[in-house]
Amino acid sequence: MSDGREEVLRSVRVSLNRERPTPEERDRLEARIATLRRHTRPAFEGDLVGRVVDKLSSRAATTTLVGTMSEVGTAVADFLGRNGFSKKIAVAPALADLTWPQGFDVHTGKARADECVSVTACFAAVGESGSLVLLSGAESPTTLNFVPENHIVVVRTEQIVAHFEDVWLLLRALPQGMPRAVNVISGPSRTADVEQTIQLGAHGPRRLHVILVGRDCLA
Amino acid sequence: MQPLSRQFKQRATIAIKDANLQAALGKAKEGFVGKRAAAIAELPEFEQLREEAKAIKDHTLANLDFYLERYEAQVKKYGGHVHWAKTAEDAQRIVLDICRKANAKTVTKGKSMVSEECGINEVLEAAGMEVVETDLGEYIIQLAHEPPSHIIAPAVHKTKAQVSDLFHTHHAKFGLTRRLTEVADLVNEARQVLRKQFFRADVGITGGNFLVAETGSSIIVTNEGNGDLTQTLARVHIVTSGIERVVPTLDDATTFLRLLARSATGQETETYTTISTGPRRSGDLDGPEEYHVVLVDNGRSRMLGGQFRDMLRCIRCGACMNHCPVYGAIGGHAYGWVYPGPMGSVLTPLFTGLDVAYDLPNACTLNGRCQSVCPVKIPLPDLLRELRHRQYEEKITPAYQRLALSAWAFLAKRPRLYHAVMRIPVGVLGWFGRGRGSFASLPLASAWTRSREMPAPQGKTFQQAWRERMENRDERRT
Repeated sequence: MSDGREEVLRSVRVSLNRERPTPEERDRLEARIATLRRHTRPAFEGDLVGRVVDKLSSRAATTTLVGTMSEVGTAVADFLGRNGFSKKIAVAPALADLTWPQGFDVHTGKARADECVSVTACFAAVGESGSLVLLSGAESPTTLNFVPENHIVVVRTEQIVAHFEDVWLLLRALPQGMPRAVNVISGPSRTADVEQTIQLGAHGPRRLHVILVGRDCLA
Repeated sequence: MQPLSRQFKQRATIAIKDANLQAALGKAKEGFVGKRAAAIAELPEFEQLREEAKAIKDHTLANLDFYLERYEAQVKKYGGHVHWAKTAEDAQRIVLDICRKANAKTVTKGKSMVSEECGINEVLEAAGMEVVETDLGEYIIQLAHEPPSHIIAPAVHKTKAQVSDLFHTHHAKFGLTRRLTEVADLVNEARQVLRKQFFRADVGITGGNFLVAETGSSIIVTNEGNGDLTQTLARVHIVTSGIERVVPTLDDATTFLRLLARSATGQETETYTTISTGPRRSGDLDGPEEYHVVLVDNGRSRMLGGQFRDMLRCIRCGACMNHCPVYGAIGGHAYGWVYPGPMGSVLTPLFTGLDVAYDLPNACTLNGRCQSVCPVKIPLPDLLRELRHRQYEEKITPAYQRLALSAWAFLAKRPRLYHAVMRIPVGVLGWFGRGRGSFASLPLASAWTRSREMPAPQGKTFQQAWRERMENRDERRT
């Protein structure tokens, strides 16, 4: 396999008409990676919570605003009741401390093949597009984001940042480096592969419900 | 797959007469063009993002060896494997080896154009593995045994009725025998069938929209979530990606992500953007145990050396084909290989041969719409013209065309002679056509007159008419 590597790199260098980069060139290019560059970002005004709600609903996700984490259980129960689902949920270990209303059948861990509803936390949300950012890890199994028919995400309003670049800053600060998966989720699964007709629930969740938690949600 | 681009003219003629295809293309075109325009109208920074994206790619390509090695080192740091494929055959061998070592019986696939380019499915199937495309469009064309006809909407050429027929035929073995007519039911049935495959799969193969040198990550964007189920549920995840897909940093990748969804489907963002870095970590409850990246060259490093380097900026959004009148009339299959439309007419001759794909650079009106919508400002018409030039230089252009062009060039370089010679046909045609003002048929121009009339010249060349007009004006003045 290593000869393939040399062949490709040699061919690249022949086309670039140069030898391998000099130490000075490498330093210069490493510096470009290490230095934050200010790329153009979409400008917007207004409060981030309202923007996230609007953006998510424009892509067929639903939202609920609650004041504190202790109200999340009731908000989940409302969602289940509204849709006529049983009170069986898969919960991310990150939310294991939440208390659930009477009669809930809760399991924490990864998703089972026939999972109906999952409830997960998130790492950040992005005002620019209303996207949610979830990281894989022991506390947050990736299957919970894709296998269940319905995905409920709990977002604390202080987790909302303006742009994607702000999320990458938070990622770079993680002591363990990059997680295996960073899932940016912007709505329920959809497809337009049959005659350009948009249909929700292609392979991933048919519904995405976001519970925003924060004092500013009470207003 | 073997390119069929030599048969372009025959295939285009058949495509124009294919009622199903024309119906499907008609529905698709309006959607793509209108949605893109609306999405861009919402983003005043779009032009600036295009400029920045072009600059990022130009910088990366000018230092491609550095960024590839930097990317490789980061992938390894996180426990992943990087494989380098000089050719499509190398890529086939590498992917097959990984699948064999994993004892793979079932391989699921997210959409990957590089995988199509390298013919990965055929090789795995020949080795006795079951290969399942999971993007709904790719799944439909896999059932139909057809190549994609569009790089982001592979089954755009299929009508709902055709999809219904395919599912009716192929899903009977799962006990699903009801004939479906609604899109919702078709999507649900595919979901049901493919769900089982995701959980059975030993290996999951996805493409890579971007590779990030900063972090050693591969990025995919999907709307369906199939790429995520593919790469999360299988034991082994393989990413197949072109060497030109590397970008320096996450911030750089973000500029492209802002352009990609808007240019491709007119969305502000696709539903799922997934950044993958290495295999499952200790403590993780799910995710693949192995993470492999196959970096495919297959002619790209050669393109880096000349005028076609610009083409390596391509982020595979499909906007060029959505805005191309030729693609809009004939669809993607007529182009005869993996990449259709304007970007395909540049890539196919470069990847498969100037002679194999002779017609593609010539099947272009040079109207320039592809360039004007390209999110990374690839000068597609210039590149197509350059390919024509090379075909002429390499004597691939047919002898009669070369002769005609040489004769015209000889005259065009001699203005006096040119004017003298041109007076003859202009005068003769003008005299014959003086009654009707146009010709319903003309020798040597039957291709034109078959579908429309040829206007008759007015008897004088432009130069003559201009001179007379000037003389008249001078007379009036004096």
